[in-house]
Amino acid sequence: MANQDNESKAPAQKKSAFGIFLQELGRGSVLVPILAIITGLFLGGLIVAVTTEAVYTTWSSSPLEAISRGVDAALRSYSALFNGSIGNPERIADALASGEGAALRRAFNPFLESLTKSVPYIFAGLAVALGFRAGLFNIGAEGQLFMGAICSVYVGFALTGLPAFIHLPLALGAGALGGALWGFIPGLLKAKTGGHEVINTIMMNYIAFRLSEYLLRGPLQRPDTTNPISPFIETTAQLPRFFDSPIRFHLGFFVALAAAYGVYWLLFKTRLGFELRTVGANPSAARYAGMNIVLVTVLAMSLSGALAGLAGANEVLGVNYTLAPAFSSGYGFDSIALALIGKSHPVGVVLAALLFGFLRNGALQMQIAANVPVDIISVMQALILAFIAAPAIIRTIYRLRAPAQQDDELRVRGWGG
Amino acid sequence: MPPVLELRNITKRFPGVLANDHIDLTLNRGEIHALLGENGAGKTTLMNILYGLYQPDEGEIFINGQKAEIHSPTDAINLGVGMVHQHFMLIPVFTVTENVMLGSESLQLGGVLDRKAAAERIREISEAYGLAVNPDDHIRDLPVGGQQRVEIIKLLYREADILILDEPTAVLTPQEADELFRIMHSLTERGKSIIFITHKLREVLDIADRITVIRRGKVVGSTTPKQANQSKLAAMMVGREVDLSVHKRAAKLGAAVLQVQDLKVADDRGQLAVDGVSFAVQAGEVLGIAGVQGNGQTELVEALTGLRSTHAGSIRLLDEDITRADPRRITELGSAHIPEDRQRDGLVLNFPVADNLVLNTYYQAPFSKGAVLQQNTISEVARERVSKFDIRTPGVETHASSLSGGNQQKVIVARELSRPVKLVVASQPTRGLDVGSIEYIHGRLIESRDSGVGVLLVSSELDEIMQLSDRIAVIYRGKIVDVLPAKGASKEKIGLLMAGVVQKGAKASPKVAAKKKAVTKKTAKKVAKKKAATKTTRPTKRRKDS
Repeated sequence: MANQDNESKAPAQKKSAFGIFLQELGRGSVLVPILAIITGLFLGGLIVAVTTEAVYTTWSSSPLEAISRGVDAALRSYSALFNGSIGNPERIADALASGEGAALRRAFNPFLESLTKSVPYIFAGLAVALGFRAGLFNIGAEGQLFMGAICSVYVGFALTGLPAFIHLPLALGAGALGGALWGFIPGLLKAKTGGHEVINTIMMNYIAFRLSEYLLRGPLQRPDTTNPISPFIETTAQLPRFFDSPIRFHLGFFVALAAAYGVYWLLFKTRLGFELRTVGANPSAARYAGMNIVLVTVLAMSLSGALAGLAGANEVLGVNYTLAPAFSSGYGFDSIALALIGKSHPVGVVLAALLFGFLRNGALQMQIAANVPVDIISVMQALILAFIAAPAIIRTIYRLRAPAQQDDELRVRGWGG
Repeated sequence: MPPVLELRNITKRFPGVLANDHIDLTLNRGEIHALLGENGAGKTTLMNILYGLYQPDEGEIFINGQKAEIHSPTDAINLGVGMVHQHFMLIPVFTVTENVMLGSESLQLGGVLDRKAAAERIREISEAYGLAVNPDDHIRDLPVGGQQRVEIIKLLYREADILILDEPTAVLTPQEADELFRIMHSLTERGKSIIFITHKLREVLDIADRITVIRRGKVVGSTTPKQANQSKLAAMMVGREVDLSVHKRAAKLGAAVLQVQDLKVADDRGQLAVDGVSFAVQAGEVLGIAGVQGNGQTELVEALTGLRSTHAGSIRLLDEDITRADPRRITELGSAHIPEDRQRDGLVLNFPVADNLVLNTYYQAPFSKGAVLQQNTISEVARERVSKFDIRTPGVETHASSLSGGNQQKVIVARELSRPVKLVVASQPTRGLDVGSIEYIHGRLIESRDSGVGVLLVSSELDEIMQLSDRIAVIYRGKIVDVLPAKGASKEKIGLLMAGVVQKGAKASPKVAAKKKAVTKKTAKKVAKKKAATKTTRPTKRRKDS
């Protein structure tokens, strides 16, 4: 038989994380997100162009002029986005030529700041992706992130006199634990009572928000202020930074990459991961195979919560060194979109998180240099997400063939499922 | 006179598949034309084209010699084409009249439904064709056969002349099937024409005027029952000679592997679906459980495999009480389970074949070391099993979803029979499979039996039960009405038992204890009496996963 021949070659191929990702790329399931991003960027530019005032003031006298102004505005904002997120090429060249430390740091700061911005996205994206794989829709990443931040900051400032190699892991661990607890509760409710995790994680979010407000105005408030803000953490609990100011790039980025590899290993190489994916893909078959669905569900939600908690911990221990209510710009909610774009695969999540980090970081520059509101970035993210959620649109635009199987389908059970 | 229906050159392509390849078909007035073919041969696609659900890529349809454009079921109905689907499209809480009116309501002045007129017409139609349907009955109170007659009335009410019946006997007892055949004849006598879709050879020979066999989207031949016989039709269907008979040696019986005592199991709605069942499966035998779908078989199997909690009674596997054991424990004790719904329970469709082959042993050595899966071992073992069990797949990394039904089932069989097992619980193991796969799976089950494994076979295909079993237990409304040796058991007798009719003096199996026998007969008699009183011959419960 011909297929036997194919198989004998197969064992030589060891599956690596990236290998699987490339394989999916070949199957076209990754092509859609990439095309969705390109289309989103294009439409974003179009929106910038048509919202430029000059286009309308010149339209009646010279439509051509108006169009060129619109295109000009779009190009200017995208070049600002590029400079703000990756770096200004000229400035980088100058800095390299001069070799002066401060100039170099300023030149490379945009790029490294984008990486720093993507850290919470990676963690929170992994959290949601892990949930998806187990068939759970964890909308509570934001609340879990808050709980993680609270626990981290407390361990960070309350424990003193510890060496960094003990204090930092402890603070990170506390963050993971706080998030895990916030995932464990809805996980248990889901597994034992069938209470839908979407509802329960949303409720847990509110509890987390209000709890953090209470704590920051009460037990965790910095003694010398009336603002709801915690004391600074000890330097021993800080995630070390690699460069001098203004570069905030810190160890958390590599912790996040390690976490991504950990999630990949867990999902695709371990017994627990197999059970988790089976429960997510077909709970009936999981039951038939004798898997403990209650345990797997609770564990999956707890692990998901722990990852989201680490996102919060990283913001506190690596960037802010303190906790204020507005420390998260909705990472937990953005991460749902991000996990979808990344197809719930750790490699995809990291790439999508980088995209979000770069877009968010560049958006600021775009606003300053091109006078385009930051909201354009939100619109673009929304467009990208809409295209990913409705792949038929992208397939129609680019005349792609539908995949034979719905492998890239969102693996989440519906209401009462 | 032109034929009532003529399909010319119908071609329909789906991505990667040629579902219908230049099919020609003619249907004459007053004819029963059987469309025979395996699952996936293209019968249903062809009929969906005729019914307006699909558009053909090529080809033309002529009705009464006129070229017809059928773009929707509404067009089809207007042209006199009606279809009874395999799964009925009825609303249980509505009456017959309301169901029949649905979609073609007759209205009084002011938009009020004219139920009276509709009921009157239904009564007329029912009498004219001998359908015995009362327009005021609620659908939920009707047996499956009665529901099917309502579906037929729906077509006649809309004045359909061409009736398509899609696998109409799949849900019927043999007696109900005979009743359906009588009705089909009375329809054709009055000038209606019928296309009868099936994969059951015996029925085709019994009732059809003409037979068209389809294989892989092509018409491979037309014949009449006079010129054909079962093996000839099977060969046409499959494309090679098929041995339909199962060869097996005399059973070498061993000790009981499975003992079930007074088992009671509730269904999803909390009603007793299995109501005091006792039986034993011995090593080296096949015990067949015959019964019409929905008489408690599903719940019984789920209880035996740990997927459903029991209400009362006990189950023993070898020397262990497994009444409250979980599926993993039961599997580890040496019970194999081929589940009724292979895609829901037996496989994870978007997992590779290799993963599906270790779905319930992945945690054991050599597939796992500690917490880590041994992927190389899993792939290696998978490749062995793929070749040993003749699973046709491009590779072990191929997702189970892209395999055919027969090969999907082989994955399950390979997984379950590769373990050292003492008991095989096979539920509807060949439902919807092609003849080749059926042959293969039957062979494997008999092989297990011959190697000293006890096999519990649950099937609603009476032929399958009769071919494979050493003893046959008939289940009706959650009770085993009789257990009889397969040798010498007649189809008619089992058919009657399946309908809950127990003849006076019927002998229960000597294997059943005397006391049990008395109980069984008593309940069966009660059931029979009840049946006479209510005239319902069948429970109305139907497949929940349809």
